[in-house]
Amino acid sequence: MSHLLEIEQLSVTFGGLHALKDLDFHVDEGEIVGVIGPNGAGKTTFFNMISGMVTPTAGDIRFEGESLIGLDPNQVTQRGIARTFQNVRLFANMTILENVMVSQHCRAQQNIFGALFNTKGFKEEEAEIRRRGEEILGFFGSRLVGYRLEQPASVLSYANRRRLEIARAMATRPKLILLDEPVAGMNPMESRELTGLIGRLRSEWGFTIVMIEHDMDVVRDVSDRVVVLDHGETLAQGSFEDVSTNPAVIEAYLGRPLEDRAAADRPMEEQS
Amino acid sequence: MSAVTASTGMPTAVSKGAFDVDWRQIARTGGLLALGLVFIALTGMPVGLDERTVIEPWLSLGLLSLTFLPFVLGYTVGHEKVLEGVAAKAKGARDVVAGAAVGALGGLGLSVLVVLVDNFDLRDPLVNWSPQLVEMLSFDQSVGFGFVAWIAISGALGAAGGALHVLPHQVRRAVVAAILAVLLTAIFESFLTDVIDQLEFLYASRGGLTNVWAVVVFVVAMAVSLSGGGEKLGERRAAYQAASGPAKNRQTALFIAAFSLAMIIIPLVTGKITQELMANVGIFMLLALGLNIVVGLAGILDLGYVAFFAVGGYTTAVLTSPNRGPDWPSWVPTLDGPGGWLIALAVTIVMAIFAGLVIGAPVIRMRGDYLAIVTLGFGEIIRLLFLSDWLGGYFNGAQGITNIPSADFGIFEVKGTDPRSVFYLVMVLAAISIYISWRLEHSRLGRAWMAVREDESVAEAMGINTVNVKLMAFVVGAALASFAGAVFSAKVGSIFPTSFLILVSIVILVIVIVGGMGNIVGVMVGALGLVGVLGGPKQPGLLQEFSEYKLLIYGALLIWMMLNRPEGLVPNVRRSRELHQDEFLQDAWLRGEVDRDESTTEAEASANLADGLGTNGGAS
Amino acid sequence: MTAAVRAKGAGKTNVDRFLTVLRVVMIGFIAISLVAFIAQQIAPENPFAEWRHGDEGATRLSWAQYRGLLVTGISQGAMYGLIALGYSMVYGVLGFINFAHGEVFMVSAFTGFIVSTKFDAAGWWEGAAFFPAIIITVALCVIVSTSTAVIMERVAYRRLRGSPRLIPLITSIGVSFFIQEAVRLVFGPGAKGYPSNPDWLEERLPWLGIEVKKLVVIIIAAIAMAGLWYFVERTKTGKAMRAVAEDKEIASLMGIDVDKTIVKTFAVGGAMAGVAGILWGILFRSVINTTGFLPGIKAFTAAVVGGVGNLGGAMAGGVSLGGAEALGPLMILEPWGIPGVSQLRDAVAFTVLILVLLVKPTGLFGERLSSEERA
Repeated sequence: MSHLLEIEQLSVTFGGLHALKDLDFHVDEGEIVGVIGPNGAGKTTFFNMISGMVTPTAGDIRFEGESLIGLDPNQVTQRGIARTFQNVRLFANMTILENVMVSQHCRAQQNIFGALFNTKGFKEEEAEIRRRGEEILGFFGSRLVGYRLEQPASVLSYANRRRLEIARAMATRPKLILLDEPVAGMNPMESRELTGLIGRLRSEWGFTIVMIEHDMDVVRDVSDRVVVLDHGETLAQGSFEDVSTNPAVIEAYLGRPLEDRAAADRPMEEQS
Repeated sequence: MSAVTASTGMPTAVSKGAFDVDWRQIARTGGLLALGLVFIALTGMPVGLDERTVIEPWLSLGLLSLTFLPFVLGYTVGHEKVLEGVAAKAKGARDVVAGAAVGALGGLGLSVLVVLVDNFDLRDPLVNWSPQLVEMLSFDQSVGFGFVAWIAISGALGAAGGALHVLPHQVRRAVVAAILAVLLTAIFESFLTDVIDQLEFLYASRGGLTNVWAVVVFVVAMAVSLSGGGEKLGERRAAYQAASGPAKNRQTALFIAAFSLAMIIIPLVTGKITQELMANVGIFMLLALGLNIVVGLAGILDLGYVAFFAVGGYTTAVLTSPNRGPDWPSWVPTLDGPGGWLIALAVTIVMAIFAGLVIGAPVIRMRGDYLAIVTLGFGEIIRLLFLSDWLGGYFNGAQGITNIPSADFGIFEVKGTDPRSVFYLVMVLAAISIYISWRLEHSRLGRAWMAVREDESVAEAMGINTVNVKLMAFVVGAALASFAGAVFSAKVGSIFPTSFLILVSIVILVIVIVGGMGNIVGVMVGALGLVGVLGGPKQPGLLQEFSEYKLLIYGALLIWMMLNRPEGLVPNVRRSRELHQDEFLQDAWLRGEVDRDESTTEAEASANLADGLGTNGGAS
Repeated sequence: MTAAVRAKGAGKTNVDRFLTVLRVVMIGFIAISLVAFIAQQIAPENPFAEWRHGDEGATRLSWAQYRGLLVTGISQGAMYGLIALGYSMVYGVLGFINFAHGEVFMVSAFTGFIVSTKFDAAGWWEGAAFFPAIIITVALCVIVSTSTAVIMERVAYRRLRGSPRLIPLITSIGVSFFIQEAVRLVFGPGAKGYPSNPDWLEERLPWLGIEVKKLVVIIIAAIAMAGLWYFVERTKTGKAMRAVAEDKEIASLMGIDVDKTIVKTFAVGGAMAGVAGILWGILFRSVINTTGFLPGIKAFTAAVVGGVGNLGGAMAGGVSLGGAEALGPLMILEPWGIPGVSQLRDAVAFTVLILVLLVKPTGLFGERLSSEERA
């Protein structure tokens, strides 16, 4: 069968250092996949490579059966893969609405002449872009709409910036969203809420999601499948339970073998 | 007396008084002032501008070039940044003393200079080290008189500058407004008398305001300011900015209509010189509007912008002049009949777009600063090609292309000898440029430019083809510059490679930056203020005497703006946010606009979690 | 591996294709020119030359003429290299192009003019007295140019640390204009002539046919370069500079005074431009207020050619640019029968800049920049 995203033997080296090595990976439509791994495991590099910001040394990335290798980031986004950044990178001086409007750039058709002569098509498209932007922002409750629409993104709180980043990714109308540590820096309440939102991204908007996350609660709650990276290699794959009890994974996180406890127990206790 | 206070260490009670000032800062500012004054004196400004009087008979522009500085620095030495929530120091006699000390120290610099110039001959390297300088600086009296006079004058001006701090806020503003009003009335003499002949009574026969009228202007301006005229204007502006929707649109439309009407009427009542001046301002305004798209909107620093001006000028010249180079094949027509200019303009635009693509494509991926230098290189290459013997058969090399016919539209003709017609043509093209800039800024392309300016790699990741978007800015800018080139060659009638020096690029850049990057009104203000008053690279402005010094002033202005007001005189809201992000955030915080994480409630979180995971058969 | 290679080119845009064509055309053009040039040197009446030059064929220059051009190019390139060091170091440390650096060079050349005419008037610019005179002149030039660079940093650039990167660049354009115009107004417009060099400087070496002054220029430039290399690589200050170039924040945490180090960087760059300035004066014996502009841009080109931040590269870049500029028009353009190729010298230099940035943006010898400055 063909997967939505299929990655084969992907490797990249930076000056002799293997950031990723022979990585195989796939995502099916409608899945939520969690990518975990200790710091420096190559997770963000993995995202950068899918989104075209880093060119792999070897291997292939296929999205809907077509290779993405050699595409510019904007072409990758055009094909339907959007991403967020670990260190939130909004257009801080643009308004919140503009942030989501500008991200629909690659889905808009009107050219320079439409803008110059203010044609009917141009007006309609602008209105549609605006409406869509507001709709997407509305997904996050009242935080990003109303008077906030016209405020620059720089006034937002940390958690709201993260939400706006997701909104911006949604605005590119992707099939697949790559979330890079979406709940980092959020308090437990906020991260629980966002976990729910991630679930709704799939159920209500139909996005497929790959998510890098350190917060194991979030990973456990929302992922269908978990992939563990370490030193640029896949350490384990499978359901959260399988992975979290995998001795190799525990070793990678804790540095030494442990009896079943530690990594596996903590999430168990909290499960209701 | 001042030194005594500092060195003997007066008791603390006294040191709270008038002489409790920061002597180190005074020494530093005073030293700077002295250096500045000596520098100005050695550039020859005081002597060179002595003929142009501002207030007859005692204040010439030359004298003004020396006296404004003590006043300004006398004021700034007492200036301090007051942080929010920190009590400002009480203003008082201290500021006057500090100003006077700074002024006197600076004046001492000039005093010493007088004595030195009188006794030593350094004329060999320093061309302005002349007896005329001594005469001017000693007011045709003895050197000793000059020595004392400068300390006194400069000290007094510094004290006056410092005294501004003591005045209540409103009065201070009124005084500054009045001084500016007097100076502007004097500087705009030729323009004002040109528009309204009856105004000549203000001025003395050999130029300059008469004493009486200077006082009258001063008093009137002060009265207007004190009566709150300025404030009302400010309120109107704030109200306009705050407004939105149809009301704002109506106001904008009204404003544009009034402005257009003024632009139509003014050339009708003015003389040739003013019309010529306005035509020049218009051409530079056109260029600046184009560069504004490249630099202001897309954030690409293009230092070779003159290349497109040159391409525009030369294309029009080749297509219309019978004196173009001999090597052109016969199928390239000479369009010197009625309407020919319009056809040439169309071809010119196409050529400029082509040049924009060819020059733009290789540079557009480069880092911003590399791009700046490489475009500068391209600007120079294009000029060298027009100059070379190689293409001499086409462009006549240094001889240039002469006999370019005027732009004949059938109904009326735009020719260089009739600057009014040039001005009207330029205004029509400027209106088109403004419309283009405005439409594009508020379109999807404008948003993309904004995003690219903020963070190029994120913009790329959000699906914006940054190369295309930036190239588009480059091309639109090139097309607008070619407008100016086409008008320029029809106006001047002959063009040479020396009309397109890098200098032109820099002057346009200064206009955009001083006016306000990314702001159309700002760019217009910049063109009017700089080219209108100081003059373009080769075109004289209102202050014709300044032509010798205008490039120095352009340079100084560029530095000063970058250091103190990088967003320009009429800033673009977003641009200033980018340049002052920290301050902006502080202000927003103080106004309570910064969002303080209204924390998610337990219920909300759980509801959401349940919602989201309802369909998730995975872990739970 | 194969997969990655095979799929390459999938994302080519029109701009990419245009650039590829442009690269191919430019390199092809240069290759054909070189072949034609060699053919013309061997047989001036070959068909290509006749096609481009008409029936009389191309003119053949003697090897001595080429050697002369090359030596001129290299000596000029040595000066570009010296100026380029300043661009390179400042770019390495602050991450912006100090557009006004060419003016530092010009100020030095002007100082040289003033001091040397004074010495000449006193009869010191010839005979045995020339040596102390030139040493004093060089010292004064270096002092003045160093102070100019340091004042520039203090007045204009220091307040701009941390602002968007185009802001200091624009400021430096303003500084450049200001200095140019100030010099014109204070010292008067028009070119200023240096006094005549002592005869022995103008003579040619018997066995090489090289003018002594050009050799002297090359040697002094080499010595200055070696001194700078020692300073940067071996002294504590040099280490501090490299640390600041790598990461200002960390360097300051390690107890390095960042401001002071930056001032020193400007000072050293200014000193090198100072040496170049007086050498320029001796070589061309003429200076005008715009003297700094073109050499400045070309020195920047040299820095890019060699790889910004790479000091050896800057010097090598300067020498190669000087050589390319001297021989390029003759070897690349002349075979096509283009008249007046020497007019296009400056255009050749700019084309080199564009070509290098198109083909190898990191320079021939590689950039040495910290990651933040590369962005």
